[in-house]
Amino acid sequence: MDMNAYLSMFIDESKDHLQALNENLLKLEGAPEDIGIVQVIFRSAHTLKGMSATMGFEDLASLTHEMENVLDLVRNNKLKMDHFIFDTLFKGLDALESMVQDIIGGGTGKAEVTPIVASLQAIVKGDYTNKAAASEAAAFGSSIEGAGLDDFQSSIMLQSIDAGLSVYHVVVTVREDCILKAARAYMVFDFLERSGEIVTSAPSVQEIEQEKFDRSFTVFTIAGISEEELRQGIESVSEIEAAVITKLDRESLLQLGGSAAQGASVASASPLAAQAEVNAAQSQTAAASALAPAPVPAAPAQAAGGSVTRTIRVDIKRLDALMNLFSELLIDRVRLEQLAAEIRRNDLTETVEHMTRVSGDLQNIVLKLRMVPIESVFNRFPRMVRDLAKTLDKKVELIISGADTELDRTVIDEIGDPLVHLLRNSLDHGIEPSASRVAAGKPETGTVHLRAFHSGNHVFIEVEEDGSGINREKVKQIAIKNGVVTADEAKRLTDSEINMLIFEPGFSTADKISDISGRGVGLDVVKSKIASIGGNVSVESKEGKGTKFSIQLPLTLSIISAMLVKLGTEKYAIPLSSIVETGIIPREQIRKIHGNRMIDYRGSLIPLISLSQVLEANSFLEEEEQETEIVVIRKGDKTGALTVDEFIGQSEIVLKSLGAYLTNIEAISGATILGDGQVALIVDPNALIK
Amino acid sequence: MAEEIKVIVFGLAHEEYGIEVDKVRTIERMMPITRVPKTLAFIKGVINLRGVVLPVIDLRGRFGLPESDATDSSRIIIVAVNDLEVGFIVDSANDVIDINTDSIELPPEVVGGIKAKYLRGVAKIGGSRLLIMLNLSEVLNKNEIIQLEEQEV
Repeated sequence: MDMNAYLSMFIDESKDHLQALNENLLKLEGAPEDIGIVQVIFRSAHTLKGMSATMGFEDLASLTHEMENVLDLVRNNKLKMDHFIFDTLFKGLDALESMVQDIIGGGTGKAEVTPIVASLQAIVKGDYTNKAAASEAAAFGSSIEGAGLDDFQSSIMLQSIDAGLSVYHVVVTVREDCILKAARAYMVFDFLERSGEIVTSAPSVQEIEQEKFDRSFTVFTIAGISEEELRQGIESVSEIEAAVITKLDRESLLQLGGSAAQGASVASASPLAAQAEVNAAQSQTAAASALAPAPVPAAPAQAAGGSVTRTIRVDIKRLDALMNLFSELLIDRVRLEQLAAEIRRNDLTETVEHMTRVSGDLQNIVLKLRMVPIESVFNRFPRMVRDLAKTLDKKVELIISGADTELDRTVIDEIGDPLVHLLRNSLDHGIEPSASRVAAGKPETGTVHLRAFHSGNHVFIEVEEDGSGINREKVKQIAIKNGVVTADEAKRLTDSEINMLIFEPGFSTADKISDISGRGVGLDVVKSKIASIGGNVSVESKEGKGTKFSIQLPLTLSIISAMLVKLGTEKYAIPLSSIVETGIIPREQIRKIHGNRMIDYRGSLIPLISLSQVLEANSFLEEEEQETEIVVIRKGDKTGALTVDEFIGQSEIVLKSLGAYLTNIEAISGATILGDGQVALIVDPNALIK
Repeated sequence: MAEEIKVIVFGLAHEEYGIEVDKVRTIERMMPITRVPKTLAFIKGVINLRGVVLPVIDLRGRFGLPESDATDSSRIIIVAVNDLEVGFIVDSANDVIDINTDSIELPPEVVGGIKAKYLRGVAKIGGSRLLIMLNLSEVLNKNEIIQLEEQEV
């Protein structure tokens, strides 16, 4: 079978499962007693194992299998989670992730996992640090071998008996001359499954399917039919010699378990183990009732899984194609609106207005299709922060809020790395070591808040910690030392300007260079990366109290509202998101200060920037104007006024790139197609305010 | 290896040039071009080609030939090389012909004043007709443009 067709599905799904495993393991670390979570983890691991085995990624499957073994013990209450187990499971997850990465990269998913497998096996065998757990695990291990019944299974059967169902122990023997043993056995199993539920079988179902049995096999089954019906049903399968059916009641079931325990205790020499054994046997009745709720928490989890909104996976390229087609439509719509305004026929105007409304709704939907909850970026952070805190030997709690905030897919893809940098920075430089926190009268555990929320046409992401805050004096000194600013300039800087210095290239305040951060590449990369997706980053800090980084991002990168302006014969678009207001000023209000033109704007002087000069638009002669149209733009807390020739109006525009041949054009961020089919360039206001 | 290839023939400053047909997407009449500021003089701007914004280069300017105004016969040839899609303004585009790769000779040092590295070779067709085959990846070489920009600054 050609597996390539399924590869992308496999990759997507295994990523989902790995993510779920990661999340749930973290959850479990917070509540190690919650067997419900273990059940969920086990299911994920089991599915992953099945998928990888089907796809032929043996290493992936075998490692998952070992992890599953450990989890199996945990979910059946035979093993208590501790730090060693968590760490080993996390290591295993990391290995799985790198294997999947390898597969994505076209590799075979092979990796050296022997140490992890060894420690996982050690956990299963129980011969790692924890002695008591060791004997316990060993005891149960042998009891499984003894009767082929673990206490989970016997508890299910006990429950069924209590519930009035019949439990049978069936020994099926096939005829000596039987050719298709596996097929016959399959038919028996098929019948048993139709008439009830199979609890377990010896040998296991897999082994039976592979014909790894001699002539007979044993099945424990819960059935709703009588012994006779069961026998007839099984013996009606051809080539079956006989079915020996024993109906089990409470006592015989307990005996089965007890004899197994006794057998095992003979095998085990350790008195401690024997003790555990007896306890186990005695407590089996108790265990039955204690374990009875176990399947119950699983049920609501499944129900919840069923009610989750139904989704389909769509190739992002198709969404892009849809987006492109829609933008074509948008351009035609604008053209139609123009035509309707010229022709002035009522029925035409009405139709066009209706079309405008419909396409507006359509636009909302198309844009929403590309929206992804930022969760997909955030969900890897708890794990990262946990590991990082361990490495740094600090106590840190990460509190995430607003993970359901939605952002355009393109933004999501780009925002991950900058956030990693910021979080690392917060943990490394922000949060102090426990000792100094206690000395400063703060709680020992540092808190990092990661928030995302909508505000207007923007999404904000904040990383806030309650650490030491930015040491401004130190920042100043280093900035002067590294030549970022001169000593004179440094004196005039405001507090917030000093804070922004940490985003300058070549700046690092860490006293010693660590693995985590402090190579002086980081924050400046963060800043430029965020700027490249049309966002902005700022920082607030109180010394001793903590620091807050705040990232402002556009909601979408494909359709924006813009102000269309004219410079002589040329038309340009200015994104509405950076426009504060527009206005007209008479010539005499323009002042010249130190050779720069400034205007008085609401009580403060702001620079006047000639757009036609910046864009070398020679068809517009500014000097001849008595009154100048201005567009006041803002970048962070700085404002400036652009002079333009004429306002055309506000419009929804579709962002188009200038193509691979034209890159990095100063002050131009892209192009759009206007209603008349002409191309208009989009001005990048951020490049105009220095 | 002798091989027949199809070539689009276009005119530029009284000479005939050729581009392989599989590199050409379409040939368009002149259309409004939006100027892009702060670019090299031979980059005339961008056009809207059925919803896609494409840069347009004046091939005369690119080769350092004197520029001339567009006429009725002027055409924009849209070519696609690697991931670059660019329009060339040429004086005329008039023919598609088959030529044999064997008939392409290595370019002489100087042909019509154009640097030899932009040329793949010269094909002789019929008796006296010479067709200059362009080396598109060199013509669209961005590194060279960056160098040119640095020289200008």
